[in-house]
Amino acid sequence: MLFQRIHKTVLLALCLTGAGASASVSEQRQQELIYLLHQDCGSCHGMTLKGGLGPSLLPAALKSRPDDYLRHVIAKGVPEQAMPPWEAILSAEDIDFLVQHLTRRTDVPEMNQ
Amino acid sequence: MKILLTLLALTLSSLVNADLRGTGDMGIIIERASGSVLVVEHSGETVLHRIEGLGDLSHASAVYSRDARYAFVFGRDGGLTKIDLLSGTIIKRILQGGNSIGGAISQDGTLVAVSNYEPGGVKVFSSEDLSLVADIPAIPAGGKSASKTVGLVDAPGNRFVYSLFDGNEIWLLDLSDPTKPDVQRFTDIGSKPYDGLISADGRTYMAGLFGEDGLAKLDLWYPERGVERILPNYGRGEERLPVYKMPHLEGWAMTENFAFLPAVGHHQVLVVDRRNWSEKTRIDVSGQPVFVMARPDGRQIWVNYAFPDNQWIEVIDVATMKIIHKLDVGKGALHMEFTPRGEKVWISVRDEDAVKVFSTADATLLKTLKALKPSGIFFTNRAGRIGL
Repeated sequence: MLFQRIHKTVLLALCLTGAGASASVSEQRQQELIYLLHQDCGSCHGMTLKGGLGPSLLPAALKSRPDDYLRHVIAKGVPEQAMPPWEAILSAEDIDFLVQHLTRRTDVPEMNQ
Repeated sequence: MKILLTLLALTLSSLVNADLRGTGDMGIIIERASGSVLVVEHSGETVLHRIEGLGDLSHASAVYSRDARYAFVFGRDGGLTKIDLLSGTIIKRILQGGNSIGGAISQDGTLVAVSNYEPGGVKVFSSEDLSLVADIPAIPAGGKSASKTVGLVDAPGNRFVYSLFDGNEIWLLDLSDPTKPDVQRFTDIGSKPYDGLISADGRTYMAGLFGEDGLAKLDLWYPERGVERILPNYGRGEERLPVYKMPHLEGWAMTENFAFLPAVGHHQVLVVDRRNWSEKTRIDVSGQPVFVMARPDGRQIWVNYAFPDNQWIEVIDVATMKIIHKLDVGKGALHMEFTPRGEKVWISVRDEDAVKVFSTADATLLKTLKALKPSGIFFTNRAGRIGL
């Protein structure tokens, strides 16, 4: 239900901002973002991203989530679920990269998913 | 011949003596990314051993056996590892859950309890051989699925206390007879308890609340009086900032007269008068506090902060309730540990792969030790402390 509600808001947000277009992030920024993902997002989602106080962020767990939904959750957060909004810290391109990275990564062994 | 024997005996005894040492000045440092721990000593401030193969140690913590020789390390991956500080070896390692968050050791030292997110609940093991003693799924009242458990501490009477993050409950688990675990539940204690602490005398348990302002307090002298809410309005009327890292609560934050607590979503440390549990004051600080820790003599409070302010450490003088030092210790200052009598503090600085030792008298940097992505630091004087 939460998912559906957020999804609607996302579509609206997308229309307004035109977000979702893929933009490139420098190699160095990519490394910074991956570090942030494991070390800082990891404080709730686990350093290996398999979940903690927050849910798992491994590809298998995100499979059913559209990219737009993930972008929205990272940017706006889910206040009632303790997920903070990151849009003050991360640019739309940064968030785009993270979503691509999280859903397309191939460096997670099957057994850990 | 007699002289020879005497010489031999002398040589042997000196050899043996060279190997003997106490563990009172020892400790461990969690290396969160490499699944290893460093065994250290704080008299000469050196690393004695690195022990590897402990699995996923993000958010790992540890408690000590009552003889302060063995550490029980709780890993994120559900790993429970018993290590021997003297030999620098793993005695035993088990995977007891899928995803865990910390643990505690019983008053009599025989039981180690582990708090699990997945499957939600608490498991209790023998501290001797890590065999399972009790498994207590945390099904909240009226609920079907188990809640994540947080804020697990030991309490007098071979009891453990913990909170249910998804269930808004506090459970008091009595293991005075380990074959008959008994749970007393306190329901509707407040929304989303994220961590807990028990005072050093083992009387007061407090759970911090994420879902609302304030904390839940349980007086273990009078559990029949139930849970009381304290500081229910500390953030009222002020917009809460995004919380990038949950604060931690630990028994360290209590001094004789006051409890110092992190405000959730605010750049403040809350000060509570312990006599009546009312708000004494709030201290504005440079970030959202994660650990708020009293120096053992209670004169200073050291505070570290959540992302993106985690390079700062601030020191509050308890006599004046003012910040007397603001230190830039380096990005990723995750944890602090005082030496037993508090003349120094060790601070892990994750992004610099370093542990920095400061004098608490004047906050000067005395020494830097190398450690791989260090997080928790745990000295053996915790072995004799309730709630640590």
